Amino acid sequence: MKSRITSLQTVVVCFVLCALALGQDLAAFEKRTTVKKLDNGLTIIICERPEAPVFSFFTHVDVGSVQDPMGKTGLAHMFEHMAFKGTDTIGTRDYAGEKVALAKVEDAYAAYIAERDTPVSRDDAKLARLEQSWKDALAAADKFSTPYNNEFGKIVEGEGGEDMNAFTDLDETAYHYSFPVNRLELWAYLESERFLHPVMRQFYKERNVVIEERRMSVDSNPQGRLLEQFTEEAFAAHPYHRPTIGWISDLNSFSATDAKNFFDKYYVPSNMVVAVVGDVKASEAMPIVEKYFSRISARPKPDTATTVEPPQNSERTVVLHEQSQPIYLEGYHRPDYRSPDDQVYDAIADLMSNGRTSRLYRALVRDKQIASDSAGFTGLPGNKYPHLFAFYAVPIPGHKPQEMADAIHAEVERLKKEDISDEELQMIKTRAKANLIRSLGSNEGLASELGLYQARYDDWRELFGSVDRIEKVTKADIRRVANKTFTPDNRTVGIIEFSGGPPGTGAAPQGGGQ
Amino acid sequence: MKRANFSRLGLVLVLVVFVGGRLQMWAQAQQPSAQASQQTWQQIPIPKLPAFHPAQPKRIELPNGMVIFLQEDHELPIIDGTARIRGGERSVPANKTGLTDIYGEVWRTGGTKTQTGDQLDDYLEQRAAKVETGGGGDSQTTMSWSCLKEDFDDVFRVFEDLLKNPEFRADKIEIAQKGMYDGISRRNDEPSQIAGREAAKLVYGANNPYARVAEYATVAAITRQDLVEWHGKYVHPNNIILGVVGDFDSAKMEARLREAFAAWPKGQAANAPEIKPEPAKPGYYQVDKTDVNQSNIQMVALGITRKNPDYFATSVFNEAFGGGFSSRLFNDIRTTKGLAYGVGGGVGAGWDHPGMLRLIVGTKSKTTIESIQAIDEEIADLPKHPISDEEIKRAKDAILNSFVFRFDSPEKVLQEKMAYEFYGYPLDFLENFQKGIEGVTKEDVARVAAKYLHRDQMAVLVVGNVGEFDKPLSSLGTVTKLDITIPAPPPGVMPEQGDHP
Repeated sequence: MKSRITSLQTVVVCFVLCALALGQDLAAFEKRTTVKKLDNGLTIIICERPEAPVFSFFTHVDVGSVQDPMGKTGLAHMFEHMAFKGTDTIGTRDYAGEKVALAKVEDAYAAYIAERDTPVSRDDAKLARLEQSWKDALAAADKFSTPYNNEFGKIVEGEGGEDMNAFTDLDETAYHYSFPVNRLELWAYLESERFLHPVMRQFYKERNVVIEERRMSVDSNPQGRLLEQFTEEAFAAHPYHRPTIGWISDLNSFSATDAKNFFDKYYVPSNMVVAVVGDVKASEAMPIVEKYFSRISARPKPDTATTVEPPQNSERTVVLHEQSQPIYLEGYHRPDYRSPDDQVYDAIADLMSNGRTSRLYRALVRDKQIASDSAGFTGLPGNKYPHLFAFYAVPIPGHKPQEMADAIHAEVERLKKEDISDEELQMIKTRAKANLIRSLGSNEGLASELGLYQARYDDWRELFGSVDRIEKVTKADIRRVANKTFTPDNRTVGIIEFSGGPPGTGAAPQGGGQ
Repeated sequence: MKRANFSRLGLVLVLVVFVGGRLQMWAQAQQPSAQASQQTWQQIPIPKLPAFHPAQPKRIELPNGMVIFLQEDHELPIIDGTARIRGGERSVPANKTGLTDIYGEVWRTGGTKTQTGDQLDDYLEQRAAKVETGGGGDSQTTMSWSCLKEDFDDVFRVFEDLLKNPEFRADKIEIAQKGMYDGISRRNDEPSQIAGREAAKLVYGANNPYARVAEYATVAAITRQDLVEWHGKYVHPNNIILGVVGDFDSAKMEARLREAFAAWPKGQAANAPEIKPEPAKPGYYQVDKTDVNQSNIQMVALGITRKNPDYFATSVFNEAFGGGFSSRLFNDIRTTKGLAYGVGGGVGAGWDHPGMLRLIVGTKSKTTIESIQAIDEEIADLPKHPISDEEIKRAKDAILNSFVFRFDSPEKVLQEKMAYEFYGYPLDFLENFQKGIEGVTKEDVARVAAKYLHRDQMAVLVVGNVGEFDKPLSSLGTVTKLDITIPAPPPGVMPEQGDHP
């Protein structure tokens, strides 16, 4: 085994080699990556990766739950679910008839909601009649679609689609799956049709599915409850205080018309980037992709101005009294991803959290032995707008959240007062490059990274550029950013405290048994 | 530009996939078809092209019984290796349950005879490399590395030393035990975790090695001597399968591995213990959790192994009944009735012991009984409306057309082959899977549905807020209330309960 001194030399050698490899990677990627902005504003990226006869795609739409209208939280995510409900030709027995029936559903629903939400002198008998009319209209509309339930998904699965899914967060919405490469044209057709002719069928049943998703991920999950309360507390003005899943009263109110209006406003081609990675040749694939996606009409880019979160100027704390074991979480406001200090925050997250050499692992898990896990991370709850850099710790039995706070703050103070070591700084930079190299080895991963970086920077090369910028981070940068960010008045704390529960339910203080 | 992905919401819950595999012949380039407008998806040409023959790993068997697979992949300057070592948690005595979890952690954190785990941490992290060990699995422990190509010699030396000369330092055993205590204390916090754990107990038996869980007392009983003895008993070349994938030359890699392992003497071969499942009585089982508004329902029984000739027919059945978007459960329970976000399941197939037959649904408290009855109807409907030709075609298409994704990277091919070697399957199992699926008939699917899906033999577990159910669970049958209280730790094991500041 080598001593530490020899290993340091090896690090320097490795570093040179890594840098070299990275330069080669970017040059190689430029050769096999083609970008085209269509006349309608939609951007297509094709990356040739002829490893196996398959491809993956990633459709990035630059709209997230931050754009949910007031009183309609959860709408961006709801539309994402609706994008699997088919089109005017997929998922229906007779679209002309269905269209009329769906319009009747919307009229009946609007009348029902108007009566339901009447602030004074609501007529309950009338309300019941209106609810029944709405349900009758729903049943009539369903006759057109129920035999064709999930036809869009069935086609994709039957043709060999793999890992079909989508996600919505506060910043964006994305759709993805993988296909055998002989289905490239079929994919281009299906994916463009989905955004050319979306139909808001079975909306109110899918809304119930989404409400179950809320129950699963938030209402019935202590960590979900903590995150919702914590984020709501940390952001007073910016829409980051909203839950992506939506508040329950909004979920029980918004309509299919709302979802369609949301789509019309935000799913404009200039808000969309489609990345395709796999065993395709750009010269052959681009004309196919262009042919289908250029059918989407150009529409004006929506106004996406949001309130800027003002300085916090006060420490805020939320405490959840739960039947579950304690957790400690804290977050500090930081600027958005375009900040020149973005990579400094990445470096701090890596230093504090990555692996068994990380400062929080060594302090809280290895040395003090008060936590089973502790880390810092950035990007909570998103990163497109100013957001939070967060720390958490999971106390082991017999230890309290306050001990977690004290131990984390001790490490944060060290970061502010002392330069990090040469070895640590080198480790951060080596790791950033190695992680980038590792991320290039899959179609799915590449498609999502290229799509995201193209959308965020208007240049996929920033995937490499952001790692180059980590190279420029100095010890002084880390102290400066730590001092600027990690102050008590910029802090929001979220704590789960154990508060007991009924016998037999397994709720007991940590290590306390019965 | 880093983000916290846990604030994302997906369209579908990723449930356990029961389908075994997927394969397809296809083709390369294509030209756009003439008219894009007024087209239907069926009109789009799907070219048929030559078969894809992924590179196969080279298999080497050393005279001492160690099996090595070498899979070159020159796309990125990385070399990764994984060793699977026979002997796992099912071979641990009941009063030391959790032993291989502790072993799997301290093997790495406890360092080697000459270097502490902390020194290894520094050494490896400076190279952005990993050497990791793992335990807790039924039948194996693992050791793996991942490194940049140019660091291979440095990192492989650590791997070899740790494999042969671990030290299991006592301070790291204590940290691992505290981590386990923490996990035990938190195991009733999330309803899905409770449901998964208790369902396994209903299928295999509460004290069965495939279902039992570590307790404070069993973890406290684990000593350094136990870890040393475990290592001495199982870590022999004839119990190891090593797979290496990445940017190397096979001949040179083979020479290096022979140099490291050829002289390593053979040891006692690991035996798989005889374990008989002891399923709970059919009926209803209830865990009351007052801090939730959704019920986690699992309807379970014993499943099959992949060696079962019915494996192909059950794979098609699972896809059609409880698999993806096309399945009956997804279409009826989720899309048509709006009762659930997560719903699905099927006849699970294990490698070397029966998996679990499991149907899962998550629904609001006040539709708990309604949802159980909705699943009951689906099962009862099967003999009356067997999986149709159309459903079977779609299920087979889904499996066969996506089969390529089982081997679309050299690493996946390697992992498949290692699994076959480890569990004693023919190495061409995957190739034959395609034929097996193609041969499945409507009658086969109806037969396996009738053979394995017996509603009256299933245990139905509900973890939920009992007071909010639409009807008492007892309206369906006899209910056993499960007490999931965590047994108290033995005296002196845990720190004093806290009046810490």
